[in-house]
Formats: sequence, structure tokens, C-alpha cells
Amino acid sequence: MPRNWALVRRKALLERRAALIHAVRQFFIDRGYLEVETPHRIPAPAPEIHIDALPSGEWYLHPSPELCMKRLLAAGYEKIFQICRCWRGGERGRLHLPEFTLLEWYRSGCDYFGLMTECEEMIRTVAEALNRGPCLRFQGRDIDLSGPWERITVREAFHRYTTRTAEEALALDVFDEEMVQEIEPNLGLGNPTFLYDYPCQRGSLARLKADDPETAERFELYMGGIEIANAFSELNDPAEQRKRFEEEETLRRTLGKASYPAPERFLSELETLPPSAGIALGVDRLAMVFFDVATIDEVVAFTPEEL
Amino acid sequence: MYTSADLKKGLKILIDGEPYIVTYFDFTKPGKGQALYRTKLRNMITGITLDRTFRPGDTFEPASLEERPMQYLYKEENLYHFMDNETYEQITMTEDALGDAKNYLTENLNVKILMFGEKAIGIELPNFVNLRVVKTDQWVKGDTSGSDSKPATVETGYVLRVPPFVEEGELITIDTRTGEYSTRVKG
Repeated sequence: MPRNWALVRRKALLERRAALIHAVRQFFIDRGYLEVETPHRIPAPAPEIHIDALPSGEWYLHPSPELCMKRLLAAGYEKIFQICRCWRGGERGRLHLPEFTLLEWYRSGCDYFGLMTECEEMIRTVAEALNRGPCLRFQGRDIDLSGPWERITVREAFHRYTTRTAEEALALDVFDEEMVQEIEPNLGLGNPTFLYDYPCQRGSLARLKADDPETAERFELYMGGIEIANAFSELNDPAEQRKRFEEEETLRRTLGKASYPAPERFLSELETLPPSAGIALGVDRLAMVFFDVATIDEVVAFTPEEL
Repeated sequence: MYTSADLKKGLKILIDGEPYIVTYFDFTKPGKGQALYRTKLRNMITGITLDRTFRPGDTFEPASLEERPMQYLYKEENLYHFMDNETYEQITMTEDALGDAKNYLTENLNVKILMFGEKAIGIELPNFVNLRVVKTDQWVKGDTSGSDSKPATVETGYVLRVPPFVEEGELITIDTRTGEYSTRVKG
């Protein structure tokens, strides 16, 4: 057998990916964040209608380290980060692998606006460490990392890029289609974009705005039309969180999807969660944008198809 | 019956009674939203391409097309000529109808032609074909520029990336599903 040419070719990119992860880790260590490792196998993932956890024995491979990390936050750990593998069933495409690398960080005494700023600083610092920037060349365009980055609310984005309001799109059940086809391709083209303030129906585990309960304090970061990160001001009301989990569980059952046991320990410890914010960032996708490649396949050693 | 989960490039499905081939496919998922399957579909009869987005659970009928084993003969202007291996009947296809397949056609290559009634509307190639490199830069030994591949033109005019050690005149194997270099053919 001659050498596996695909793997030979990938080496240069994998070296750069390793340097990127090193720079990310250094940023958080320099800022006094504690690096944590939470279990990959968990008994009860957060029930989310569109995220399918893969079974592993009687338990599940975590689709994100979110619940364990928030339990640490609730126990008084103030600044924590983790870079780990996560699994989501049925997700495979140009930007998706069923097993992928997520960076999550959480901070108490901070809200989602604070995290937007820190996210900007992190990506700029990493670019400098890799001798890149202030412009990243990505798929024929320059993404300018020097500030300020664009910030646009979900409602403004619907107004600017579609013919409907966000509420109409939700009522007509075309919110996701409008997002994927009309809005996302326009985000993060000149400089990175924070899309923020989601309708409460798309609040997930986010806190609702005190002065506007129709809106969740959530944002996503886009670069080059690609969703890079998702963040919340964390919901810390156990009753409200339980209610949302139950609603998601009901929806999952209606769709014939596997139902999960309720994450009871997480729910009871949520009571001591201080005001805080957390963010999950796709490391593979960040590498795609940094190294100007069109598919996630090119920034990992092996895709599932190559095993 | 296919579902959205079966969608991939090259899949042939029936829409409103007409055969379509998936020419572009991507799985997408807006943050915390549902999976959406974005496709470009080419009508195999009219050649018209349309964009369609499907949801999980959508279903399709397969486009069942008659496959006839044929041999590629030659190209004349914009038309590619094939001969039926059993009946010796000759048919032609346009460059548009062939799509990327034109990059891999060399004389006497055995292929399958897809028929919709009496009309040839598609082609199925072997997964791997051998093509001769007609043009590529020489590899300078000790080159440390870090470049791990270079462009090469093969006999059909198709240009692809190959490892630096591939030389002009050599025969290489190409994966027709991806269009990428696979290996060198010795001898």
C-alpha cells in the first residue's frame, strides 16, 4: 500500500490546528480561567428538541459539557473553560461532524454582552498568536477582526434580510428556513457579526430580558456566513428551567425521539447559580475560518467516512 | 422510498413525475434549530436546476431509470458519442447533460447510460478511472516551500491537485465521485 495521500496532505493543517488550540488555551489561562474536564458520558443530557444525544451503554455521550460546567459554576467556580469532544447524532455536512470539538467557557458576574467583548478579544489574541490578522482571508473575502464587530438583533436581521418579521416566521414555522437561506449567508462577511436577542421561543437555556420577557439574552457569533458560537446569559431559575425542559421533552416525544431522564442534580443546584454567562464555540469551524478551507473535513484527522 | 437522511450528491429522485439528480447537497442546522437539508436539483430531462430545502422526515420516490451498459466512443463538437454494448446502437449526449463526467471519459471506457424512455439523460462512471498526466511542473528535489501538492492536467483536459512526485506521462487513478487524486499506477 502506498501512503495515505489524504492524510499526508492534511498534516500541515493539523499542525496549524494544534497551534490554534494551544493559543486558545493560553488565552484563558492568562486570564485566570481554570481549565476543567467533565465526563464525556452522562446519565441525563439537556433535553433539546433538535439535539440528539448518542447512547453509550445506559448513559449518553454528552452533546455539550454545559450541565456539568454550570454545576461547577453554581458551586462557586467563577471562571472555567473546557475544550472537549462532543457528540450529536445525525449531524453530518459541510459544517457538521457527529463527533466534534467544542470550547465552552463560563463566567460569573457577567452577562451576554460581556461575553461578546471577551469573545472578540479571544479571537483577536489567537489571531495575533498565529501571526494572522487583522484580516482573515476566507473563501475569497477578507474578514476584518479589528473592531468594532457588527452587532445586530434577530428582529433587525429578519427586517434587513427577509420579507417577514421574526414573529411571522415563527408563526408560519419557517424561522429556521429563513435563517439558513436568507440571513446566515449575510452574516460575518465584512467583520464578524454577533446576532443577538432571540425570540423567547428560541431561548433554550438563556435568561429572558428583565424589561422584555419576549426576548432571550442569547447571541450567536458568525464569521464568513458560518455560525461559530452560541452564548447565553444563563437562566438560573430552577422552576423556569424545569418547565422549559419538560416542554422540550414533550416535543421530543411527539416527534418520536428518545426521551431522556430529567437532569435532577443540575436542576436542584441551579438555585445557587450566580448571575453568569456561558458560551460554546465550535473549534473545528474556527479552524476552518482561520485556515480558509471550505469544509470541516479538512481540519480534522479523520472523518467518520475514513474510519 | 427515500427520506431526507438519504439525500446526497448524485441521488436520483422523482418530483412531480420527473427525474431529478441531486447536484449539490448540504446538511445545515441553524443554531439550536432543526436540521435542514439544502439541495440543488437538476431536472434530468430539461437540465433546469432548482434550489430545494427539505426537512427531516420528508420522503421521495426514487427515479427508476433504465441503465444500459455502453462504451464511450468519441467527442464531436459539443456531442459525446456512446455505443450500446449489446445492440451496437449509438447515442449522443451533450456536455451539459454529462456534467463532471466529461472529465473522466477516455475512448472505450465502459459506462452505464441512464435512459428515461428513449432519451439518454445521465451517466454512471466506474468509481475509479486511470488517466495519463499530460502536463505538470517538475518537482524540485529538496523543495522546502512547504507546498504539498501541485496542479496537473490529464488527457481529458481536467486539472486537479496531485502529490509533488507525480510526473508528466505517468498514469494516475482518480476517484470519479470526488474528482480527487487517488494513487499512481505503476508501470
